[in-house]
Amino acid sequence: MRRSKILVGIAVLMLGLVSGCGSTSAPKESAEIKIGGNLELSGGVATYGQSVLNSVNLAFDDQNKKGGVLGGKQLKFITADNKSEAGESTSAITKLITQDKVVAVLGAVTSSNTKAAVPVSADNKIPLITPTATNSEVTVNKDGSLNKWVFRSCFLDPFQGKVAANFVMNTLKLKKAAIFIDQKDDYSKGLAAEFKKVLEGAGGTITETAQYVGGDKDFKSTLTRIKASNPEIVFVPGYYNEVGLIIKQARELGIQVPFVGGDGWDSAKLPELAGPANLNGTYFVNHMWADDPATKPFVEAYKAKYNAEPDALAALGYDAAKMLIAAIEKAGSTDANKLRDALENTKDFSGVTGTITVDPATHNPVKSAVILQMVDGKKTLLTHVNP
Amino acid sequence: MDSISTQIFQQIINGLSLGSIYALIALGYTMVYGIIKLINFAHGDVMMVGAYSGWFAVTVLHLPFLPALLFSMISCALLGVLIERIAYKPLRNASRIAALITAIGVSLFLEYGGMIVVTAQVRTYPPVFPDTRYILGGVYFKYGDIVMLLTAVVLMALLHFTVQYTKVGKAMRAVSYDKDAALLMGINTNNIISFTFAIGSALAAAAGVLMGVYFNTIDPLMGIIPGLKAFVAAVLGGIGIIPGAMVGGLMLGLVESIVSGLGASTWRDAVAFLILILVLIIKPSGLFGKNVREKV
Repeated sequence: MRRSKILVGIAVLMLGLVSGCGSTSAPKESAEIKIGGNLELSGGVATYGQSVLNSVNLAFDDQNKKGGVLGGKQLKFITADNKSEAGESTSAITKLITQDKVVAVLGAVTSSNTKAAVPVSADNKIPLITPTATNSEVTVNKDGSLNKWVFRSCFLDPFQGKVAANFVMNTLKLKKAAIFIDQKDDYSKGLAAEFKKVLEGAGGTITETAQYVGGDKDFKSTLTRIKASNPEIVFVPGYYNEVGLIIKQARELGIQVPFVGGDGWDSAKLPELAGPANLNGTYFVNHMWADDPATKPFVEAYKAKYNAEPDALAALGYDAAKMLIAAIEKAGSTDANKLRDALENTKDFSGVTGTITVDPATHNPVKSAVILQMVDGKKTLLTHVNP
Repeated sequence: MDSISTQIFQQIINGLSLGSIYALIALGYTMVYGIIKLINFAHGDVMMVGAYSGWFAVTVLHLPFLPALLFSMISCALLGVLIERIAYKPLRNASRIAALITAIGVSLFLEYGGMIVVTAQVRTYPPVFPDTRYILGGVYFKYGDIVMLLTAVVLMALLHFTVQYTKVGKAMRAVSYDKDAALLMGINTNNIISFTFAIGSALAAAAGVLMGVYFNTIDPLMGIIPGLKAFVAAVLGGIGIIPGAMVGGLMLGLVESIVSGLGASTWRDAVAFLILILVLIIKPSGLFGKNVREKV
């Protein structure tokens, strides 16, 4: 215990020395602009961090080839790995801001890791853009106050739940829904709560609310119960790992009604897990559709560079990077205050995931969602939904 | 009313298919415990290795179901013997807690070593069985359910026959009863113990393949929870007693299914472990166990 305290003390001293040295060297006008990336490059959600890293590099390389920003300055992306942990996220962003002297930070990917980084960006007055943190408390605190330095390029959990509920009522014209949620997951619960509110507000009913635990493999008993409640649709706002098994087992039990979910479904693994035929009659809300005209050039560039299909996280990361580039150009400098104001006034920015307008009161983007339908294991666009 | 009885039958089918997997894993626990009084916590992970070797046999070697099952059982039997020889044999005369901790070590080694070899990503089994579904009076079951139950029952019957009516089985029972006396009677106890590990691991591998085929997904940590559940099943039936493990496994599957069916799906795991606690308090020797006073 004592030894670890001494070690921490030494580490802090060393850090002080290092950063002290850094600040004594004369600041010279450099030809590059440093942007930090606080990303999940290892740990539980490493694939998310990797997707964002790839797409940000794609956006920056693209811009640098076109001659950089602010009349010829090159963008340099410096990343720090937060190991998919909130504590590491705080130290990663601290390192980026104090040692690397970045002018803005992209990331983190998940809501909890982003929340851990928010106070550091506020203390140092450096703008932070998270591409993918969907929890509402990232930009607006519980007490209603705004986190002035934090922005994002994705829509929020409640919005997805609302879009799904409206889709069920207005497009599918169904009124009796069962909800099946991951009881430990805030994302799942957030979507379900809003779905229920909107559906019931419009005269629909919830026949059954059942729960599972992430990592479960056998859902048949609970699905048998759901079946007995005779729903017209089942709403499953979970991640693809469980959703795939749930849909497969539901079809095996003879539940033939439509299934609806959120962006957690978006994975090439879903058809493998569920079986393409079982997915017919399922729909989910997503950020983008790969074959959309606005998205297609990005998808092709990404495939050419990384030899992989970009997921929604990659598309959102690309938009976050482009939003930042646009803001730097608009501000005409990398001064933190000017950059922040430029980000806050982002209007009708056309990204690959739709047109983004930042709401100055909440820093949340006002943007459209898409509803995708699974047809024989392939995602097809059903409709665009505007907020 | 009719829909309620349909629901009950459906839950029984659900429970039996889950329970037969628990039973297969529980058999391995019980056999190893019966013979060297070791709770082999790596057992669930041997099941995971079995699921992966079955996956390998099906996707890479393109074997049909039965040969793939055999391939997986044989490779896990070898793995089981290897684990016993390397990790447990040197500790056979050490304190029981040392062997137990080693078992946990082997378990973690298989889980995280497996993660390096096959990556943490979830893999899917290709469809091995035809996707035929049967409906009987409103109760749905599929081809896979029947194969799973049949495979489990056949393997258990085979095991029962081996233990009760063959020479090796007799030797196993003798070693379990009194190792030193068995040694004096000319039984090669080391070989018998290895044989027990081989059979137990082969059964776990079968459970792994069945689980992979049935649930369609496998990952390196898939063995942890079923391993613990099977341990509960073994204790429920009376650890060390083979028919007890079968009954315990099937019962646990049914109980879980009923708990979920009553709408308390999130309590399912809690109920399973509650059963473990209750058994330990009320009848520590399990349903099939006799209360034997330990000699001091």
